Amino acid sequence: MTRSEPPSTTMQRWIALAVLAAAIAFPLVARPLEWDFYIGFASRIMIYALAATSLNLVLGYGGMVSFGHAAFVGAGAYTVAILMAEGVASAWIAWPLAVLLAGALAAAIGAVCLRTRGVYFIMITLAFAQMIYYVAVGMRAYGGEEGLNLATRSAVGFGLDLKNDVTFYYVVLTILAAALFALRRAMGARFGRVVVAIRENETRMEAIGFPTYRYKLVCFALGGAVAGLAGALLANHNSYVNPNLLYWPQSGSLMIMVILGGVGYLYGGLFGAVALLVLEELISGYTIHWQLGVGAVLLAIVLFAPQGLAGLLARHRDG
Amino acid sequence: MSGILLLEQSLNGLQFGLMLFLLAAGLTLVFGIMDMINLAHGSLYMVGAFLAATFAELTGSFWLAVGLSLVGTALIGMALEMSVLRRLYARDHLSQVLATFAIILIANELVRIVWGPQVPLSTPPALAGPVQIVPGLDYSSYRLVIIAVGFAVAAFLYLAVARTRAGMLVRAGASNREMAIAMGVNIKRLFTIVFGFGAALCAIAGAMLGPILAVQVGMGESILILAFVVIVIGGIGSIRGALVGAILVGVVDTMGRAFLPALLREFLRADLASALGPALASILIYVLMAAILFWKPQGLFPARG
Repeated sequence: MTRSEPPSTTMQRWIALAVLAAAIAFPLVARPLEWDFYIGFASRIMIYALAATSLNLVLGYGGMVSFGHAAFVGAGAYTVAILMAEGVASAWIAWPLAVLLAGALAAAIGAVCLRTRGVYFIMITLAFAQMIYYVAVGMRAYGGEEGLNLATRSAVGFGLDLKNDVTFYYVVLTILAAALFALRRAMGARFGRVVVAIRENETRMEAIGFPTYRYKLVCFALGGAVAGLAGALLANHNSYVNPNLLYWPQSGSLMIMVILGGVGYLYGGLFGAVALLVLEELISGYTIHWQLGVGAVLLAIVLFAPQGLAGLLARHRDG
Repeated sequence: MSGILLLEQSLNGLQFGLMLFLLAAGLTLVFGIMDMINLAHGSLYMVGAFLAATFAELTGSFWLAVGLSLVGTALIGMALEMSVLRRLYARDHLSQVLATFAIILIANELVRIVWGPQVPLSTPPALAGPVQIVPGLDYSSYRLVIIAVGFAVAAFLYLAVARTRAGMLVRAGASNREMAIAMGVNIKRLFTIVFGFGAALCAIAGAMLGPILAVQVGMGESILILAFVVIVIGGIGSIRGALVGAILVGVVDTMGRAFLPALLREFLRADLASALGPALASILIYVLMAAILFWKPQGLFPARG
């Protein structure tokens, strides 16, 4: 994948393009068949794929096991919801602000957390996320524990109406595709190489003279910013935000998507989001005890497919 | 008046802290010795509470139920260790997080299938009433018993870890696992026993807290994070750290919830204070943890040198 180019790269590029084409064609098929539910479901998957990809940047490429990523998703979602409640419905104001705010929050939290490492880093990111969660619970003016309904979806102009699920689908698809493309470029560029090298051997990179702390912080903040964008989309998709978006099992879910999909693989977040959400949907169709099935499958994957789904497909983890 | 309130809240904090200690002690041992992140620790606490509720209904005796639940949960914990967790020790923290998160899902759903979402568990009738500990303060006798049980278990743990051969092996494992193996410690058996022991402590906490909090599916998730905060504050692998950390977290959390809103009202507008107070009180222990990690990155009592 991005580490070094394996021989099958052209093949992968074709598969990626085929998947993209299928995703573009999907509403054209689904719409006449009245699969409206699945168009919404696909949008939800892509939003989570974006969130998981942003975590993959931090966790997979940067090697920083952040257990508080839901805080940044939540920050983005709440930015959109609060602006909407205050009468600012324009996506051109709300979404960039969501990205900026989530990114700034991640930069501030990262600046403290990155002084610790290992298990302590996991726990301190979790602690900060819990703080943000309780801030959301405490915001009584904006719903507190109950959450906040959005009056409408963000307005984008240009004759596009996000309340139309197909339009919304294409907006989400465009953003996700752009994010994956940007991630691919960034990881192939100097920044990405340095971040991955720091993951592999921080001491050596420091000795060579790279400001490792600054690189890690930028990586962490970037991940937070993209998560904020996913949050902005999620708030629009659900037309509703509540503190549960920031609760720690949400961070756990995102982490599971990344691990499931393949840590540090370009499409890891995408694979993981598709796999987990489809699995949930499938099993919940059969039984109300779907968590049992999801748990069993997850456990089997950890025990028998240590590299995640992308790892299974790629066979050789080059590094 | 305010002195009595202070005393009452300190006792509440101590009581909560000691129960947190029971959870954190098992967690810190598993974490410290096996270097394993076990998110499913909260599930054992939940299972312990549900077992206690069932046994209490069957036998009619609360204390017998606590004992039976302790044995049952220890057995379940050991079975879990031998079947799944054992395979995860050599894996990275990410795999452990994923696998034990999966176990949480499975455990929650199994408990829901077997028991339903919630079961009743009430305090033993003899302890239902309050007692007067100082003039003007009637305090729940059940909470006093929890405090006593907490201290008794802490003392027992101290003796077991500091004064017995098994405890010596545990400490050896926590401070240097490779060396302990090299010196011929049967680390596999030790891990299973430690895990069962940790599960038993979970069961005590679950059964004792059951009548105060609710015995319901998902009860493990919220308290699990507190237990992690405790062991990170105390220093991973240190029982003494877990005790100090647990009491610190219990007292700070309880005091914060009781007094912070009133304190804020002294400085801020009333509506602002009542909005900020509860949020700030919930945040307090995380601030405490972040501050401690900032100055002592290894926690208060680092187990490894």
